[in-house]
Amino acid sequence: MMATANAERRTDYKDLTRGLRVDIIRMLEKAGSGHPGGSLSIIDILAVLYDKHFQHRPQEPNWPDRDRMVLSKGHACPALYALMAHHGYFPKPQLDTLRKLGSPLQGHPDRMRLPGIEVSTGSLGQGLSIAQGMAMSAKMDAKGYHTWCVLGDGEMQEGQIWEALMSAPKFGLGNLTAILDFNNSQIDGSMEEVMNLNPIADKIRAFHWNVIEFDGHDFEQIEAAILKAKSSKIPSFLIAKTVKGKGVSFMENQIGWHGKAPNKEEADKACEEIRHG
Amino acid sequence: MGKATRASFGETLAALGEKHPELVVLDADLGKSTQTGAFMKKYPDRYFEFGIAEQNMIGSAAGMALCGKTPVATSFAAFLITRLETIRVAVSYNRTNVKLAGTHAGIGIGDDGASQMGLEDIGAIRSLPHFTILQPADHRETCQAVEWMIRHKGPVYIRLTRQSMPDVHGDDYTFEVGKCSVLYEPENAPAKVQATIFASGGPVPHALKAAQDLKSRGFAARVVNAGTLMPFDKDAVAAAAEKSQRIVTVEDHNVNGGLGSAVAEILAETGQACRLVRLGLRDFGESGEGEELYEKYGLSADHIAEAAVRNLD
Repeated sequence: MMATANAERRTDYKDLTRGLRVDIIRMLEKAGSGHPGGSLSIIDILAVLYDKHFQHRPQEPNWPDRDRMVLSKGHACPALYALMAHHGYFPKPQLDTLRKLGSPLQGHPDRMRLPGIEVSTGSLGQGLSIAQGMAMSAKMDAKGYHTWCVLGDGEMQEGQIWEALMSAPKFGLGNLTAILDFNNSQIDGSMEEVMNLNPIADKIRAFHWNVIEFDGHDFEQIEAAILKAKSSKIPSFLIAKTVKGKGVSFMENQIGWHGKAPNKEEADKACEEIRHG
Repeated sequence: MGKATRASFGETLAALGEKHPELVVLDADLGKSTQTGAFMKKYPDRYFEFGIAEQNMIGSAAGMALCGKTPVATSFAAFLITRLETIRVAVSYNRTNVKLAGTHAGIGIGDDGASQMGLEDIGAIRSLPHFTILQPADHRETCQAVEWMIRHKGPVYIRLTRQSMPDVHGDDYTFEVGKCSVLYEPENAPAKVQATIFASGGPVPHALKAAQDLKSRGFAARVVNAGTLMPFDKDAVAAAAEKSQRIVTVEDHNVNGGLGSAVAEILAETGQACRLVRLGLRDFGESGEGEELYEKYGLSADHIAEAAVRNLD
């Protein structure tokens, strides 16, 4: 019985994330610039999180009891925009305005321009501190909402992240979860070449976080990790092993696709692959 | 008798805690110096010690502000400003209701030396949109400025002294944000006085003494205190340009970016013809007594008086 339910759910997510990936590729194609690699690596996790676990009301983006999402790796905003359109925060055709003058869909998320964006991000390394402040407020006010912070592995090289890693356990923030999009790739090369963070899990555990490692493209594992994080008494750190550019063969693990938009031909090819993937 | 403005700040925070349940205070291992102890004792659940990690403190303050708190994050001015990128994005760009309190402003701190002296903080924050910058001169002004800051919705930077500041405002003084206060207006003055001296923070009492010294030498000089540095009081500059042969600015901060720059910008943009002499730091400070340093770096009453009368050709 359980197996059947899970099988159905897996099918749904597959279908859902195919559509979201196509949206990401098409909006980047139309924008003519942007970051496909890190958007495609995080989309499966975000899709599962928003589907059943993330408490929100898209028609009431300032609902006080909503969960908070801090996309610290702000350059992956096409993934978040695709999801927000899917959930009805704004009409889907607006995705075509990404990065255009006057668009609420800025190149990096801007909370003043797009309702539903919790924090304006893009300067890497800052999100976890901001998310921490939100979780501290929830604790002070005895509110039940959870704060989620999506980090890139490259941005883990920023010192401010480690300051927040030190302080969140001190402040007893079981209501805070960091999700690391561990795709081992950044602009100047692989994370290991540029500035190796490994052994990442050991380091975070030593800072007294609830560390959960899983495959960031396996829907069951993603779901299990989210549930474990939500029930934790201490802050959780989800290490999602991901593939940069996931779902498009010519983008997967290709550093050149970190911050380059596909042209029409490339986008057509990518979408064709995604639909049959 | 006076009081350091950091002490007035600390007292006022503790006093405002009850009326403002959303007020929270954040420290980076300098609470004894920034004088947040009284608040901590009264409201331990609303006081957070971040250790020596200022950017994490400022970022967390932004997160709290986004959830309805009014966070006051404190450290030395020198150490807050080091985290300019966090202040820029988490506070200014996100328009979070964060209050940054930078104590130990300028060379007036004395013995601790150059690395501890905040000298570029106003210039840096003045380049960030949405901020209001306050630098109160005495106890009375500080209490009111802090209360205004807590009521105001939006980013505020308040700059405070380590050293004691004598009272320069009367009992009836009412702080008004964006307005300078005239501390001394010479009686029976000529149509154009020798100088209007704009002062802010530490050197305010020195400016008053300079005006007295000038008076004894037969010169009339006005003294204006700038309790708000952004937005700056354009009317006060216009009045000074109209009433004086020159304007002297004196600040315990680098001459670039602070009070002198603010006055220069307004003079130039409004086309008002008045010579300007800017007194302030053009280098880092060093160890020594605060008053010795004011003498050495050109902020003492003698230097201010000299700036008001010396030949400018």
